[in-house]
Amino acid sequence: MTGRTWLRHLAFLLPAAVAVLALTYLLPPFRTYQLATVGAYLCVTAGLTVLTGLNGQLSLGHGALMATGAYTLALTQNALAGRGQWTLLVSTAAAVVVTTAVGAVIGCAAARLRGPYLAGLTLAVAVVVPSVTSTFESVFNSDQGLSVALDPPPLALGATFPYERWQAWLSWAGALLTLFLLANLVRGRFGRNLRAVRDDEAAARLAGISVARTQVSAFVVSAACAGLGGALFAVLAQSVSPGAFPLTLSLFLLMAVVIGGLGSLTGAVCGAVLLVALPAATHSLTDAVHVSPAVAQRLEGNLPLAVFGVVLIVVMLALPGGLASLGRTLRRERPDP
Amino acid sequence: MERFLFLTFDGLSRGAVYAAFALALVLIWRAARIVNFAQGAMAVATAYAGYSVASATGSYWLGFAVAIVAGLLLGAAVERVVMRFVDHSSPLNGVVVALGLVLVIQAVLGMLYGNEYRPAAAPFSRSAFQVGGVALLSRFDLFVFAAVSAVVGLLGLLFTRTAVGLRMRAAAFAPDVSRLLGVPVAGMLTLGWALAAAVGSLAGLLVLPTELGLHPNAMDLVFVSSFTAAVVGGLDSAVGAVVGGLVVGLLLSFVSGYLGATVAPMAVLALLLVVLLGRPGGLFTRGRARAA
Amino acid sequence: MSALLRVQELTAGYGAAPVLHGVDLTVPAGTILAVLGANGAGKTTLLRTLSGLLRPTHGRIRYDGTDLRATPVEQMVRLGIAHVPEGRGVVTELTVDENLRLGGLWRRDRADARRALTEVYDLFEPLARRRHHPGHQLSGGERQMLALGRALVGRPRLLLLDEPSLGLAPRVTAQIMALLRTLRDTTGLTVLLVEQNVRSALSVADQGVVMSLGRIVARDDAASLRADADLRHVYLGF
Repeated sequence: MTGRTWLRHLAFLLPAAVAVLALTYLLPPFRTYQLATVGAYLCVTAGLTVLTGLNGQLSLGHGALMATGAYTLALTQNALAGRGQWTLLVSTAAAVVVTTAVGAVIGCAAARLRGPYLAGLTLAVAVVVPSVTSTFESVFNSDQGLSVALDPPPLALGATFPYERWQAWLSWAGALLTLFLLANLVRGRFGRNLRAVRDDEAAARLAGISVARTQVSAFVVSAACAGLGGALFAVLAQSVSPGAFPLTLSLFLLMAVVIGGLGSLTGAVCGAVLLVALPAATHSLTDAVHVSPAVAQRLEGNLPLAVFGVVLIVVMLALPGGLASLGRTLRRERPDP
Repeated sequence: MERFLFLTFDGLSRGAVYAAFALALVLIWRAARIVNFAQGAMAVATAYAGYSVASATGSYWLGFAVAIVAGLLLGAAVERVVMRFVDHSSPLNGVVVALGLVLVIQAVLGMLYGNEYRPAAAPFSRSAFQVGGVALLSRFDLFVFAAVSAVVGLLGLLFTRTAVGLRMRAAAFAPDVSRLLGVPVAGMLTLGWALAAAVGSLAGLLVLPTELGLHPNAMDLVFVSSFTAAVVGGLDSAVGAVVGGLVVGLLLSFVSGYLGATVAPMAVLALLLVVLLGRPGGLFTRGRARAA
Repeated sequence: MSALLRVQELTAGYGAAPVLHGVDLTVPAGTILAVLGANGAGKTTLLRTLSGLLRPTHGRIRYDGTDLRATPVEQMVRLGIAHVPEGRGVVTELTVDENLRLGGLWRRDRADARRALTEVYDLFEPLARRRHHPGHQLSGGERQMLALGRALVGRPRLLLLDEPSLGLAPRVTAQIMALLRTLRDTTGLTVLLVEQNVRSALSVADQGVVMSLGRIVARDDAASLRADADLRHVYLGF
């Protein structure tokens, strides 16, 4: 990695930050909130892209990792409630640290597993969330979940500063930081190792790369991102409950990175946008057609799932090499300068 | 002691269902080297079909038959239309496509039937007989045992005693050689999927009355438990799947009974983790890295 | 003598690069044709193309009046074509008996399929003894017998035999060659025999062709090929 790479990524980042900033002033509150949601999703899809696209590991458990981040933020934030704006930074950091630790544990197991076994294990992690929150009810308050005590935007921004704009700033600060760090990380040696392990484990081993360590690192990095994304989700929703992190969320995340184009961070951005835009689009659609409220509700909840599923299947079947070719062809794998 | 006996029988009854469902997973794994992550959703879909017919006609058994036949058809359709075209260079491809199917099936069910739980009828009483003052088994439990035993027995006969079974095994083990010997390999694969899906449907019909009822996501946890059962037995072993199913059923019953129902999924995760890390290859196959 | 198999300008291969470049071949009914050549000459590819496992990009394959290019692999055995692939193709997870029965499952005439099965057991004593053993427990020679026997259960008219002598003791190889000669003489079996073991192949063959880099570089009757010292040196290495 060279200084120039950092600079180049910064050069991408600053206009993006300016654009987001501008959008938060231009968009109505509801759209700004959606923009904030995209930012939170982006943290997760970017991390998952590194894991699945660059390292070839599948995870159906990222929804559970998000839940870990969200609950950690909620618990920390509630414990520190009312002491000022800085507590959000502390509780977000706590969320990332705790999720990273959980990710490390799962990653150690995952590094020894392949294909359907890995998928099955992470699936089990995903469905265990409600079980954990119910069993330790005194901490997590079961299905009801926790509300998150948050301070209003800093007074320095003005008394009438819209809360959605503040949320969007927070979530995009996290998202852009994640993108920046990941972009630098995958450009360097770590990224080369990830790809080497994905493409041919035996060859990577011969080249002196520790396959297990690389895989665990990939899992840890992507867990940290999921933790941050989960924390931001808690900030956006101002509450956490197991219902917000169903198995479907984990599947959605996977779909998003596959459809967005595995292996490129641009794809992760597309995936995050899709995760917000598609349900919104079906919402508008069901509003436009005149059906009974009950039918509209069914369509609204399920149409995005169906579209995601169909698109995913078509993408997978249309690509001759499946996932791997997505990861390889859609990413310009230039050598380091 | 009474409670222990009750939980044991309850566990065996649940385990029989997991065994059947795990067997369906093993069938497809052996035929196509794909773990059918969509099997739970497929089973729920056919259960809904049976439910519709049963409520329209008032006959549980007609609905039952429709669900099983729907399983056969859905399994064949999934193989013909989707799975056949999956690229097998990476085992992840099949998994991801199956997950896409899960989304589609659950979404369609949600649109057709809504996302509320609907009661799943049981054909026999679920209240347990008293044996010497101890509640042990219900008629429904006996039905579960009988149905699962029949399926296991029939599948065993099919694969070891019939020409079709021989063709199916040959097609799975050595596709090219089998084609040279005139075996319609693609057809055998479709048949394998159809059979597996029908067995999955049966398992769904047996398990849904004991859970919260019909719901598009109703089989998610059952899938995880049965996947664990299949892994405990080693994905390649039919006998292993049956034993694994009983092991998981007993574990879930004891954990639910003594520690609380909410702990059960964690116990399954723990068992899966222990088996995957401690005994790669399951308890019924010789040790091999889980690189498949 | 009429030609059972006639191959014209056959071009085939894997992916974009062809392995066979315009192969022409005629096999008269009731004869044994030895296909000789070094590793990588395209012999196995030729057999795989003939039995339909690989589709030609160009050329014609006529078998007894049928165009084989349009015939699905599963149909070949019904036309009387048996392909015993290299590495013997025994389904090692199945027992000896199951393997043999598999060879006759496609047949309508169940009685004759059973008769053929008995004949194979009579022909190959060791198989009868290990009837219910799984394939992976067999020795190399037994596997070769099993693969060949399985083909014979289908009572083929054309046998595509890929390297039957690979890894076998000379005595076993000689037995198999003798068996081929007997089958030719008694049942009129036609054989395409791919071999690296030139001596034993030419000892039973009527005709021979020599392949090199996907082309046929020489064809003659077996006796002449045996005698052609130059050819032996250049292509066959003995």
